[in-house]
Amino acid sequence: MPATWWLKKRVYFMFMMREFTAVFAGAYAVLLLVMLGKLKRGEIADFVGWLHSPLSITFHLVALAFAIYNTITTFNAIPQVMPIRIGEDKLPAPMLIAPNYAAWVVVSLGLVFILTRPLS
Amino acid sequence: MPDEKITLEVMRYHPEKDEQPSFQTYEVPFREDWVVLDALNWIKDEVDGTLTFRWSCRMGVCGSCGMMVNGTPKLTCAAFLRDYYPKPIRVEPLANFPIERDLVVVLDDFMAKLSAVKPYLIRKPGEERSLDDGEYRQSPAELARYKQFSMCINCMLCYAACPVMGLEPEFVGPAAIALAMRYNLDSRDQGAEERKDVIFTHDAIWNCTYVGECSVVCPKHVDPAGAIQQAKVAAAVDYYTSFLTPWKK
Amino acid sequence: MKHKRSNEPLFWAPFIAGGGVAALFLPALIFITGIAVPLGWVDASQLANAATNIIGRLFLFVLISLCLVHWAHRFRFTLLDLGVHGGRKLIAFLCYGAAIAGALLAAWLTLW
Repeated sequence: MPATWWLKKRVYFMFMMREFTAVFAGAYAVLLLVMLGKLKRGEIADFVGWLHSPLSITFHLVALAFAIYNTITTFNAIPQVMPIRIGEDKLPAPMLIAPNYAAWVVVSLGLVFILTRPLS
Repeated sequence: MPDEKITLEVMRYHPEKDEQPSFQTYEVPFREDWVVLDALNWIKDEVDGTLTFRWSCRMGVCGSCGMMVNGTPKLTCAAFLRDYYPKPIRVEPLANFPIERDLVVVLDDFMAKLSAVKPYLIRKPGEERSLDDGEYRQSPAELARYKQFSMCINCMLCYAACPVMGLEPEFVGPAAIALAMRYNLDSRDQGAEERKDVIFTHDAIWNCTYVGECSVVCPKHVDPAGAIQQAKVAAAVDYYTSFLTPWKK
Repeated sequence: MKHKRSNEPLFWAPFIAGGGVAALFLPALIFITGIAVPLGWVDASQLANAATNIIGRLFLFVLISLCLVHWAHRFRFTLLDLGVHGGRKLIAFLCYGAAIAGALLAAWLTLW
């Protein structure tokens, strides 16, 4: 089978995009490590300066798209990976998925709130 | 309209005279109620009796007539011509299997994998039941645990849809693993530990990268992708709890 | 067919955990460093404050480590899916090795 098999059908392409989300998760983790390194050396302002650069913004936009795709595919997979049985029946898929999206919204808003809160 | 026709492009391969497979085009009568299997049988009856293909029940329960229809694995008894008309239909043997002849694939490898997962009820020595012991009793809830995975008709559409099958020939595959889970989850069975030795391995569940196409193409809604991911969860639980109980085998 | 139960769960469980924390936390964090900062909503002192706070440190250590393991495990299989058949043990060693190295670095930068 040729190594380009995933370009032949849309579903296979979207599968490979899901797999690539891990590359951006890893890359962002490395970015956080760089941030922590700069912080330790008292150079956090340099790092924040770089965050204003076009390269940084471009990377972040692409990484954000992949991160959101990871969120969607991870949550939507839950009923298939961990179905919950009650007697003869299974809990309906939305009941397993919705709480995760709710938690995601709460956590995301919380993080933005904490980080944008002015330091007094 | 009795004169309407639809084009079928069918893969032909007779190993005794062909070096490579090739495509042959046929103009087949278009009927509203015909499926691809009807078209193939018309070709065999009216045009070329040497066209070779498997089929049996023609109603989606035997699993014999699986082929690639326009690049998608389908039961040809369930693929209606009207869903493709007026565009041509390309019919090829199931992907990821060696071709025996025309639209027939070699199944030996799949059969070996199927037998390897011990797809039958296993009782511990001394706990076998004879007919005199009466029937096993199973509640609706116990049946529901495995019923979906028992619906497999061994049509192998899932193997044709799975990219890992094409990349890693040793992969045990969706149907075989789903069947192993069917027996592991059956309350009458006592052979789960034996089957886990077969499926909790690199060649079985851990080769799966959860593409999920197997479940999409399955005509009986078995959800082998679900079976495999649930098996991974079970394997992980077993693995980590075994550290808490090292005295167990 | 080899009949030996695999040690794969050792990597698969952290991979799943990594996918989960990435799903939950990464979109917001990427938004913060990638868009909120350039927009001026978050400045260097706010970022520094969050990252030096004890909860922030623990959070970043766990997040970075799990995201790296998530990458390592998935990348290993992506290579297989891209047709790279050979050198499996070496690739696994390099991927998980890099993840562990990154986790140790994260520990040093956050918990020291």
